[in-house]
Amino acid sequence: MKIHEYQGKEILREFGVPTPRGVACFSVEEAVAAAQKLGGKVWVVKAQIHAGGRGKGGGVKVAKSLDEVRQFAGQILGMRLVTHQTGPEGQVVRRLLIEEGAQIVKEFYVGMVVDRASQRVALLASSEGGMEIEEVAKHSPEKIRTVRIDPVTGLTDAEGAQVARSIGIPDVANAEAVKVLQGLYRAFVEKDAMLAEINPLIITADNRVVALDAKFNFDSNALYRRPEIVAYRDLDEEDPAEIEASKFELSYIQLDGNIGCLVNGAGLAMATMDIIKLYGGSPANFLDVGGGANKEKVTEAFKLMLKNPSLKAILVNIFGGIMKCDVIAEGVVAAAREVHLSVPLVVRLEGTNVELGKKILAESGLPIISGNDMADAAQKVVAAAKG
Amino acid sequence: MSILINKNTKVITQGMTGKVGQFHTFHCKSYANGANCFVAGVNPKKAGEDFEGIPVYASVLDAKKATGATVSVIYVPPSGAAAAIDEAVEADLDLVICITEGIPVHDMLKTRYKMQGKRTLLIGPNCPGLITPDEIKIGIMPGHIHKKGRIGVVSRSGTLTYEAVGQLSALGYGQSSCVGIGGDPINGMKHIDVMRLFNDDPETDAVIMVGEIGGSDEEECARWIKGNMKKPVVGFIAGVTAPEGKRMGHAGAIISGGQGGANEKLAVMEECGIHITRNPAEMGRTMQKVLKG
Repeated sequence: MKIHEYQGKEILREFGVPTPRGVACFSVEEAVAAAQKLGGKVWVVKAQIHAGGRGKGGGVKVAKSLDEVRQFAGQILGMRLVTHQTGPEGQVVRRLLIEEGAQIVKEFYVGMVVDRASQRVALLASSEGGMEIEEVAKHSPEKIRTVRIDPVTGLTDAEGAQVARSIGIPDVANAEAVKVLQGLYRAFVEKDAMLAEINPLIITADNRVVALDAKFNFDSNALYRRPEIVAYRDLDEEDPAEIEASKFELSYIQLDGNIGCLVNGAGLAMATMDIIKLYGGSPANFLDVGGGANKEKVTEAFKLMLKNPSLKAILVNIFGGIMKCDVIAEGVVAAAREVHLSVPLVVRLEGTNVELGKKILAESGLPIISGNDMADAAQKVVAAAKG
Repeated sequence: MSILINKNTKVITQGMTGKVGQFHTFHCKSYANGANCFVAGVNPKKAGEDFEGIPVYASVLDAKKATGATVSVIYVPPSGAAAAIDEAVEADLDLVICITEGIPVHDMLKTRYKMQGKRTLLIGPNCPGLITPDEIKIGIMPGHIHKKGRIGVVSRSGTLTYEAVGQLSALGYGQSSCVGIGGDPINGMKHIDVMRLFNDDPETDAVIMVGEIGGSDEEECARWIKGNMKKPVVGFIAGVTAPEGKRMGHAGAIISGGQGGANEKLAVMEECGIHITRNPAEMGRTMQKVLKG
């Protein structure tokens, strides 16, 4: 689960990481009032959306007067901000962060991830602040320092000092940088994060170390014990279809093709998308109904797919293990009736009670096309989608 | 032979008394020699009771001492599942199979750290388990699609494993053992660990490995295969069409070497001599072609 920058900074401050003073705002008036309250002569007006690359898209502006704060806040609030992470349709800006200006001497990158290979939390640090770490990794990987952190000792003073020095943080700020790195590590572990980035981390003219940005991604499996993180959830930032799906414990991701897929199991769901593509079609979605699908879940899954205006045909691909094919077949028939299915439906069933399942489909009177195996079903649905 | 488990394996079920545990314990006990294999359950609050004639003990250690069991399977809900693994490791079992899906990553990081230097092997979490057809089934896979034979199967996915098995069985190729290693980022045995066992198993002639996007385990296994594997391997990777960045930020892929895409994985596998197919409906037939030369 992702959160906004201003929320991430709240977490950082809780763990002793300095950030500029700032206020989250929902209107132009609030933005101007916030700037007045913060004082000073320079403010930064920052669009709050979950995607990165906001600056390049025109979502971050430096204001040198209250009039400029008003002007920029008016421009950014409500704009459809397009960045390389939002896709071409962009994301509407509904929240702003108004911050005091900072005097930047140098910018750095620090981040934490869960490293699969070493099965540790890894700290990544680079002298190339402000740049995307993916780009740095591609063009100058030697500029990235990595520390795999021992979970018992945490990030030690010596490790922190060494990393700070190696990316070029001046010695006068070394102790403060160590505190920042250790604070970031504690936040990462104690809040069940999967990804945390401060980019840029800056050195100010008076040698302070300050987090100018904050990006967090949390483990959805741990949210049950992190109500304070759940409270940060912003549904405006999420795909409505994916929110709807999560209510019914369906895993759904909309894609840009026209063949809907309803599958049990994530691996088989991906393989189903792959085989549709292989036979010249294009999947409209990823949809895993999980191990315990029932009639209600299948019906909701159909409704979700049918909301997609591009949809031309549906492929149901079920390998019943725990899930019995007859139960799925009854679900498919009931769902097709309830939603008055108007696009061709191809169903491939395999596994537990498969014969019974096929019989239910055949006797339903619905124009369901039966797929004998995965290849046959994929070819039939691709043909059906082409009309 | 087979790998890891056989008809003489004695199994403890952690989380047997819950709804999910009961359902699957019933089916595992009914499969092949299951009635003699599933000898104990664990629930501190229900010690002394039984389910389907299988006695419940207060702890894994008690269950091990009373029955001589060396393997456990875990159906405990996510919030307690990592602690259940810890308990099995502390009891010095040979093998722990964790079926539970949805364990917090930070819990698994701690558990894997504690497992360092211990001899207990872990399969999963978030996996279907493993089966040696006609001998023993430990997990949630449908037993009836399997057939005894000489092909090994190792996979990160559940239903896609069943797909591979179903294709093999339909073509008349039985399986020596099928291992689902699970889809979580922090897990126990990897493709390479299972592949080593298949390589050494005199009753396995060839292996199907099924992978998916993310991480670099398949590449690591492929490079090992190139230098060491004496038997043919057929490979498939799911997720060629999967959209990027939907699961985890790119930073995760950076420190594992900038890999993780399906096409990159397939290219490495092919280069290492694995017989790859890009069509998930062709896993069985690809194996057939390889075996018939």
